[in-house]
Amino acid sequence: MRGWLERLAPTLFGVALLAAWQFAVWATGTPKYVVPGPWDIVTAYLANWGELNAALVSTLTVTLAALAAAAAVGVVLAVAMAASVLVRAAIQPWAVALQVTPLVAIAPLIILWVNQAFAALVICATIISFFPILANTAAGLAQTPAALLDLFKLNGATRWQTLMLLRLPSAVPNFLTGLRISGTLALVGAVVAEFVAGSGGFASGLAYRILEAGYRLEIPKMFAAMVLLALAGVAIYAALGGVEYLVLRRRET
Amino acid sequence: MIAVEGVSKVFGNGTVALEGISTRIEAGAFLALLGPSGCGKSTLLRLLAGLEAPSAGAIVWEQGRPAAGEIGFVFQDATLLPWASALENVVLPLRLLGRPRKAAREDAAAALAQVGLGDFLGAKPAALSGGMRMRVSIARALVARPKILLMDEPFAALDEFTRHRLQEDLRGLWSRSGLTVVFVTHSTYEAAFLASRVLVMSPRPGRVAADFVSTVAEEVLRRDGPSYVAFVREMSQRLRQVMPAEGVA
Repeated sequence: MRGWLERLAPTLFGVALLAAWQFAVWATGTPKYVVPGPWDIVTAYLANWGELNAALVSTLTVTLAALAAAAAVGVVLAVAMAASVLVRAAIQPWAVALQVTPLVAIAPLIILWVNQAFAALVICATIISFFPILANTAAGLAQTPAALLDLFKLNGATRWQTLMLLRLPSAVPNFLTGLRISGTLALVGAVVAEFVAGSGGFASGLAYRILEAGYRLEIPKMFAAMVLLALAGVAIYAALGGVEYLVLRRRET
Repeated sequence: MIAVEGVSKVFGNGTVALEGISTRIEAGAFLALLGPSGCGKSTLLRLLAGLEAPSAGAIVWEQGRPAAGEIGFVFQDATLLPWASALENVVLPLRLLGRPRKAAREDAAAALAQVGLGDFLGAKPAALSGGMRMRVSIARALVARPKILLMDEPFAALDEFTRHRLQEDLRGLWSRSGLTVVFVTHSTYEAAFLASRVLVMSPRPGRVAADFVSTVAEEVLRRDGPSYVAFVREMSQRLRQVMPAEGVA
């Protein structure tokens, strides 16, 4: 009984919160262009079903393309940094600098420089999301058990064999953790880039729909787009968590 | 077979791990390096393996320095690839040495059968007990038919029953194969049970304090035989004499 209650607790809490929100809006008579109730948001979503879903697909396409690019860039840089102290010294400060520079500051430049809108959005989202993959994979490569490295050395392994048969497989759990963090960051990056591009007139993803609805004071539609974004973020995090669980379970049992 | 000539090892932080170690290791010997923590036993083993270079002195292999794969090494932990099956773990050294795939798998299966794991070829390390994992590790060290087997306290983390079983199997393996074994341990009982010769080492810096040729008779497989008990007592007395004031570790 208690177990079931614990599992249902988040849903029950959410339903109670939505009910309280709906009641508060109704009881205080707050107009829906200030704070819409949950029912207004659902109605706005159903009324703009096609447009919002197309925007969601657009944002998710940018997010997934950026995540794939971030994985490739992160792993390649991590391997290069693990292979050479010089490369590590050269790359690390720049990777950190890129990570701490606010994307919203560099996105306009990237959108200006890269003529193709989709590519510009993917580059922006990649910049914000590659660092966790790089940092985690680099940590995984550095944590390869010393005894196994000795074993490879005693058997005359080449650097390539050590990388492919030992260091990269050892770093898989760290890489997957980085990928899970990067998944949500890629979504944030895509949305930030879409905001910047959207203010320049590029109509595409959910961020543009949020801007557009804001300009038109269609606040329920704006909320509906935000809810879709939040759900997309949770779904990406959960899916990548599932991938991590399945890969690790399959590989060690 | 191996001449250790005045070997010292000083680490980068100034710690003198070994000082003036000289000894000979004959082919077919089972040499135990016995001593407390910090006496440089594992460092000497790593020097023999070529994983570290001596700061002074030399290790001379009389038949020439072993090629890749000719030194088998068993670590304190089994250190298996967790994503690979027992068979794949044992195939690994042969794969690194570029042996043909089919022959490598046959040799690995035979090595696993030799350590009693012929029915567990497909099992991943997580599905094996601590003792079984160590058996896989021993099979991996033996699969390339090394000239010498170096073992760094391989049974220290195992429960007593499993440790005794593995000691018995290792001793049987050694007496059947004629392999040269250097075995690091801090247990006088283990050294007395396994070794044909025991180097007792003293700590800080690591030196050879005594060199015993085993006096244990063939009743060794019983751990209460009079020659076994006498040898344990003799080594324990020597260890007590060479230990610093804080006692035997």
